[in-house]
Order: sequence, then structure tokens, then C-alpha cells
Amino acid sequence: MKRGRTGLKSQCQIFPSLGEWAKRPKWMTPAQDWGNLPHHVVLQIFQHLSLVDRARASSVCRCWNDVFHTPDLWRRFEFELNQPATSYLRSTHPDLIQQIIKKHAQHLQYVSFKVDSCTESAEAACDILSQLVNCTIKTLGLISTARPSFMDVSQAHFVSALTVVFVNSKSLSSIRIDDTPVDDPSLKVLVANNSDTLKLLKMSSCPHVSPAGILCVADQCHGLRELALNYHLLSDELLLALSSEKHVHLEHLRIDVVSENPGQTHFHTIKRSSWEALIRHSPKVNIVMYFFLYEEEFEPFFCEETPVTHLYFGRAVSKMMLGRIGLNCPRLVELVVCANGIEPLDEELIRIAERCKSLTAIGLGECEVTCSGFVEFVKMCGGRLTQLSIMEEVLIPDSSYNMEQIHSEVSKHLGRMWFPDMMPTW
Amino acid sequence: MVVNTIHWFRKGLRLHDNPSLKDSIRGSDTLRCIYILDPWFAGSSNVGINRWRFLLQCLEDLDASLRKLNSRLFVIRGQPTDVFPRLFKEWQINRLSYEYDSEPFGKERDAAIQKLANEAGVEVMVRISHTLYNLDKIIELNGNQPPLTYKRFQAVINRMDAVEMPAETITFEVLKNCVTPISEDHDEKFGVPSLEELGFETEGLTTAVWPGGETEALMRLERHLERKAWVANFERPRMNANSLLASPTGLSPYLRFGCLSCRLFYFKLTDLYRKVKKNHTPPLSLYGQLLWREFFYTTATNNPCFDKMDGNPICVQIPWDRNPEALAKWAEGRTGFPWIDAIMTQLRQEGWIHHLARHGVACFLTRGDLWISWEEGMKVFEELLLDADWSVNAGSWMWLSCSSFFQQFFHCYCPVGFGRRTDPNGDYIRRYLPILRGFPAKYIYDPWNAPEEVQKAAKCIIGVHYPKPMVNHAEASRINIERMKQIYQQLSCYRGLGMDRICLTRGNSLNLEVIIIMIIISIQFIFFQLSNFHEGAGAHHPGQSSSVCCGALIIIIIMMMMMIILLSGFFLIK
Repeated sequence: MKRGRTGLKSQCQIFPSLGEWAKRPKWMTPAQDWGNLPHHVVLQIFQHLSLVDRARASSVCRCWNDVFHTPDLWRRFEFELNQPATSYLRSTHPDLIQQIIKKHAQHLQYVSFKVDSCTESAEAACDILSQLVNCTIKTLGLISTARPSFMDVSQAHFVSALTVVFVNSKSLSSIRIDDTPVDDPSLKVLVANNSDTLKLLKMSSCPHVSPAGILCVADQCHGLRELALNYHLLSDELLLALSSEKHVHLEHLRIDVVSENPGQTHFHTIKRSSWEALIRHSPKVNIVMYFFLYEEEFEPFFCEETPVTHLYFGRAVSKMMLGRIGLNCPRLVELVVCANGIEPLDEELIRIAERCKSLTAIGLGECEVTCSGFVEFVKMCGGRLTQLSIMEEVLIPDSSYNMEQIHSEVSKHLGRMWFPDMMPTW
Repeated sequence: MVVNTIHWFRKGLRLHDNPSLKDSIRGSDTLRCIYILDPWFAGSSNVGINRWRFLLQCLEDLDASLRKLNSRLFVIRGQPTDVFPRLFKEWQINRLSYEYDSEPFGKERDAAIQKLANEAGVEVMVRISHTLYNLDKIIELNGNQPPLTYKRFQAVINRMDAVEMPAETITFEVLKNCVTPISEDHDEKFGVPSLEELGFETEGLTTAVWPGGETEALMRLERHLERKAWVANFERPRMNANSLLASPTGLSPYLRFGCLSCRLFYFKLTDLYRKVKKNHTPPLSLYGQLLWREFFYTTATNNPCFDKMDGNPICVQIPWDRNPEALAKWAEGRTGFPWIDAIMTQLRQEGWIHHLARHGVACFLTRGDLWISWEEGMKVFEELLLDADWSVNAGSWMWLSCSSFFQQFFHCYCPVGFGRRTDPNGDYIRRYLPILRGFPAKYIYDPWNAPEEVQKAAKCIIGVHYPKPMVNHAEASRINIERMKQIYQQLSCYRGLGMDRICLTRGNSLNLEVIIIMIIISIQFIFFQLSNFHEGAGAHHPGQSSSVCCGALIIIIIMMMMMIILLSGFFLIK
């Protein structure tokens, strides 16, 4: 649904028929004209207006009010639930919410809830969810814009609200429930009712789900193309289930690896054969891994060939680990390293350039790379590097290049203008 | 005709390179240099004791320098719009001079004063000396838009005319016959107030680490240049534990208040570079500090909403959290992360922190951990940081919270790791957080991970003597990077890292769209040409033209079929 900001008047230019309409004989009063516009014309105009403008327009006359309530305008809706004490943003008006539930619940197809960090907002979202009984929702998104407030809602309340939608919609294709207290039984309900249509499931950081729960989803929902979860839910069985013959090609698999405290979580390893089965089945799949671990916790990872395509290291990652990545991640497309240490990463980068032939994007912050090593890296990658985001402090001038020369040298090899990322120094 | 002049000091608290003062002295009979203490100006009621002390020391220094020239500084309390009409009449003023203030509120205030001056028949002389260049010229050169990336800014600077030379320092020769009428009760009426007189509690206040004033500024400039010459290296210095401490050659607060002229600094740097590097042209990076300052002034000058998110055209609208409790913990150095707390403690005690330390705490407050609005952080810095003025402070906060300037948001400063890499021994922490002195270097950055015996030996139990960490950094940064991604995905102009899925699929569809558009255009072109050709040739060779026409039609049909196939493929992918 389009959300134009232009008012009603300027729409005349888009619809020439309207302009002609306006040139009617003077004995027809303007008020009669506007009120007698055909429904489909008003509908087109309304689609360009923001919700607020549309709501205002709807109180002009009965005809426009009817158009305002056309099912087509209510397919897509985003509920914004904010409290003034915890957010700077406005909330969807409670009267409007009531109207939608009363009149338009059955029209809703693409629904999302944006809540702030207050528990009340999350509870309000759950209340709305439990009232969406007669609906055919296709897309559902529960988004916490700040702190994950859904986790503060009582699990029973949340699960019962979510189950209402799972049971009644029967044609859910895309669900985003990251950072929520969803659990295994609710996933079972989801599968029981929507296994044919489910295509996308994002559930990172849902601590109440177990590997068995997500395995059930993979087993039954053969149309699943995109999945996002935490590492503890990943298992060999899951990868094999996603590679079964009946299953469609997987397009996107996102895995978050998060640690609470150093040494407290034990990370299991995934067998190489399971990864290979997945790649055989879905050769084009994007495997995205986000790491938020302490340096010493990386042991179980990348010991064998891993088909990851996008790697993000949110905290420091050791030199040795980057070396391993160069050896074992041939499908690597994007690499982001937030921090490393004070030893130059020249060797590791060059190995990555050699062996990761699909690498197109790299980002480095708080690392050290000598200028010559960096130039070597860029030379080997050449123009395939579309994203090269290096913080200025990363590059260490040496005898071959200083900071002024590095940017022209790198630009030359990349075939376009390039500068390191800068941060203000004041 | 007797010419009585007022020179109005706001920033530019110096007698060297003060072109507005110098020009207004010429032909004047009397000169009075005034400073108006306007406590309500632009929210400066949010100014901490260190900033007030610095300002008062600057004013004392000015007064002392003017005394040497048989003049004095007149400090007047009140609002400019009230003060000036009174002064114009009382002192029979016909000339007013001041340094140009590029900030939006400054411009508004000055416009009001100009109007008052015009009504009173007072000539106004304004000169640019707080910035290296005329900012309006920079904006003009960039197509009437302020450059929004630093690199673009540097490119525009390269095309500007050279920086103007600093004006001559005010001396007896410059003053010539110009006198300042000083009354017996000058100190009572117009003297520089003390901190106590302004209502501050000065018990237990330590000596200023950064003493204010032009004299101090010029001394520091000499030391700064000496050190650079001695090192003979103009590269960016590597960050180490010592860089975190206040440096006796640091210049940023003096540039902010105008005790040191940025143009003087610029030329002295240039001269030194040419001397040491044997006449090579200095690179732009030599003036990094000055150019960043200039950049933010330029971006802010025409944007009165520059310090806000709401209504600010260059600021990304991010759904920040409202959490006064968390904000207070950050501001007061009680987050439970020693690195953050030490930095905020140094800031509160001394009024200056290293720029990388600023990055660390700003990231922690906004997009890294607490997800609190950068406007709140900006207000805290405004209160405590000596060199934070409106434009530079707001601009830097927007930059560091990735709210503007097309910043890559992937890099997050870890509140544990970053400090540990900078100062592995932890001396900085021990200096500003004495309670943690007993912790060994291994645990001083994350004392909550220290075993009980270590905590007992250090006589500091986490949770009792020092707070527990207020967030789980791994979880917080995971959630926040996700938030930033969601926001940036909706910005059509963003093409950067971390977009994984969206980047790839959008890239594909974009290419298809381009191909389709090109095909449509080429078909229209061919059709148009053929119809012209047909019209032109039809009269002479009817047979040939019809066969050509058929051929053209066939080509068009084939292209349309291709287009349909491609379009259907495009929709299938979608």
C-alpha cells in the first residue's frame, strides 16, 4: 500500500480525467461533483494518501467514508504501539484499532506490530492478536523497536494470542517472531495449520524453543525457504530435514551465535556431511552467521569446511580464527569484523582473497592491516569487491605506502574511487 | 564626528586575529569591549561548572590583556536585545563590531541586534574569523547544499581559494588614539564575575586541568608545534594509554571558545610542515582537526533543527528508547562497565576526553547498547565537554549514532574489548575509578567475571561496591544491529554492508528493471525511427517501404515477446 504525502489537490495532475471533470459547466456546484466521484477513482486517490489524511478524508461524506472502508485499503497494516514514557513516536490511535478489529479483521493480510520497550505495548499487541479471529493473515511480524518487550509478557498470554492467529489464518506464509517467548507447542500448532503455505520463519533469540520444536517445522513445512534462528537450535537433523527431497530449495538461513558469559555456553559442532547435504540440495542458499562471542569461545567453529556466505563478528575475533575462515569457507561472500587486535592481519586477508573467490564485501574495524598487505589483498580481489568498508585507523602506513597513496592505489585496483571510513576527530 | 565603538565578544575571545575588532578600531575615538552574560541563550543554562570556569578564565585573561593596552573588558549581564538599546544611548554608540557566528540561533540573534542597530543609527561591522572559510561559499560551491560526507567536503575545500591570513594582533600601534573610558567603579559594575557570584559551589573544586584564556592557548600552540617538529611526523599518532589523558598541547577547547584562532593554527601548521618536509605541499589530513570542525559548522549553518531528530532533514528517524534511569547511569558513570564509567568520570572531572573515548561512550549510549537517543547524549556533552559547541557536538553525535552522513553502522565499539586493546594494563581505569584499583589487568575491564577471591582481594565486590553491568553487551548489540538493519533497509539510498538478503535480491530485480526499461526505450526508438522513415520513403518507393515496415513490425513483436518473458521472470522471482 502506498503512503503518499501529497494532498488531494495535486492528484489532479495524475488523473487527467479528474481535471476534465473539474471543467464541468458552472451550474453544477463543486460539492456535488466531489461527492459523486466514482468509487474506484476515490480509491486510487486514497491509496496515495497517508493513513491520517485518509482518515480525515473519510469524514467528509458517506461516499468517501464507504471507500475508506474498502477491503483493499485494509490488506496491509502496521500497528504502532508506543507509550509516551518510553518512546518519542506516536501510537496508532486506540479508536482506529477498535475500528480495524470490528470492521476489517477479515481483510487483514499483511500485519505487523511495532512495539516500544514498555511491557504494556507488547501486551496491547497480544490483545489485538487474540481478537483477529476471522482473518486470513499471510504475513505476521512482531517487531520490538527497542528492548525486546515481548519477553516481559507472560508466556501463557503471548502463546495463546499467537495461537489464535496460527489456528485461524491457515495461510500464513511469512512469520517474524524474533525475541518472543514462543515455545514448541505453539510451533506445533503453527505447523498443524499452515504447513502448506509457510515460506519464511524468523525466530532468532526465542529461548523457549528447543531443537525438537524447530525440527518439527522443518519436517512438515516443505515450502520453507527462509529460516532465522539461534545456533543452539541448529542440529544435523535439522539440516538434513531441510535437504529432504520433498523440501523446496532453501534460500536463506540465518544463524545467530550469542554467548551470555564466557565459558558458560557449550557450542556443539555440526557435521560436515550435514552441511554438504544442505548445499547439494540448495546450491544457491545464503548462509548468514552472526557471532557475538568472547574470543576464547570460537573453538568449535570453522574446523572443517563450512558453507557460510555472510559472516559477521560483533565482538573481537582472533587472528587464528580468521585464518581458519580463509581455509574453510570457500563460499564466503561478505565478511565483517568489528574488532581483532594489534597484530596485522595481512596473511589472513591474503589467504581469504585467494580461497574465497566469491567474496564481494568486507568490513574491518579496530583491526590492523599494513598498507602493503591491504593493497595486495585488493589486487587479488580486484573489481569483485563492491563493498570495501575499512575504518581509517585500521590501515598502518609502512615503507611502501602512506595514507595519501593508499587511497589512489586501492582505487586503481578496484576500478572506482575509494576512501577508508572516517570518524570525526575533534 | 566622534566615533564610539562597541566590540561585542561572544566567541573569538582573543586579541590576535580579530579582524572585526581591528577594523572597527580604525577611525574610532572610543572603544569598549563587552561580553554579555546571557544565561538563557540557546539553552546554555545546561552548562556545567567546568565550562563556566573556563569561560570566566577566558574573560579574565582578556581583561588582563586589555588592561595592558589601557583598556578593560566590560562584562554586562542580561539579554542582548535588552542590553544594546540601553548601551547605544548611554555611551552614544555609533559603531558595533562582532565576529560572525554561523550557527542558526546565532544568526537569528544577530539579525535582531542588526535591526536594533539600524534603528539607532549604529554602523555594524561583522567579519568571519571563527572558521577558516566563508561557509556560505562552501555551500555555494557544492550546488547550494552543504556537503554531507567528509570526503565530499574535502573535495570542495580543495577548490576554494586559500585561507585568509590572520589579522594583525591588537597592540598600542593598532589602537593609536582610541581610548576606553573607564570609570572608578568599573570592577563593581563590569568586572568578570567569579564562580561563586554565579551561584556555583566551589568547595572541593580541583584546579582546572584546562585553564582558559588566550595566553594559555598561544602557549599551548607553541608547545604543540614544538612537539610535532620534534617528532617530525605529521601522521595520525597511534592511540596508546597516554593519549587518553589530558595533554598539555591539546587545543580543542581553545578553538571552541576562540582563544586560539583557527587560522593562526592553520598557518603555523603549514609553515612547520613546509620547514620539516622541505616545501612539500601539505596534505589535507594535516588539518584534520580543523577541517572536521569546519565540516560540522558548514552542515549546521542553515539547519536550525540540526540538534534534533524530529524535523531534521538530514537525520535518520530512529525509534530510540526513552529511559531516564539508564541515561542517568550512563551520564554519572554507573553503568558497571569500567571503561565507560572511567571515561564519563574523566569527562565530568576535567571536561575533556580523547575522541576515541567519545566514540566508545557515544556508541554505548546509542546504537551499541542502551539504544537511547543521541539528543540525550548531546545534552550531557554540552554540559560537561569544554570543546563541544552546538554544531560540532550535534554533528558528531549524529555521526556516532549512525543517524546521518551515510555512515556504515556495522562497527560497534565493545565496552570491554576496546578499552582493553587501548590500555591493556588498565591504568586509566585505576586513575579515574579508584574503587577498582585492586583488580588485576586481566579482570579490570570486566570485573563481574572475576572469581570471588579476586573480588575479595581487591576489596570490591561487584554489585555492592561497584555496580553490576547494566546490560548484557552481546545480547544488546545483537538486538541493536538488527534494529539498525531494519531501519536502513527502508532507506532506498543505502547501499552498504549487513544487508545480506535484501542486497542480493534487490540487486537482481534492479538489473531486470533496468533491462526492461532499456528494451522498452529501444523499441520505442526503433518504432519512431521506422515510422519517420516510412513517412519519408513511402512516397518514392512504396514497395520497398512496406517490406521494411513488415520487417520492423516483426522485430518489434519479437522484442515485445522478450519483454513479456523477462517481465514474467521478474515477477516470479519477486
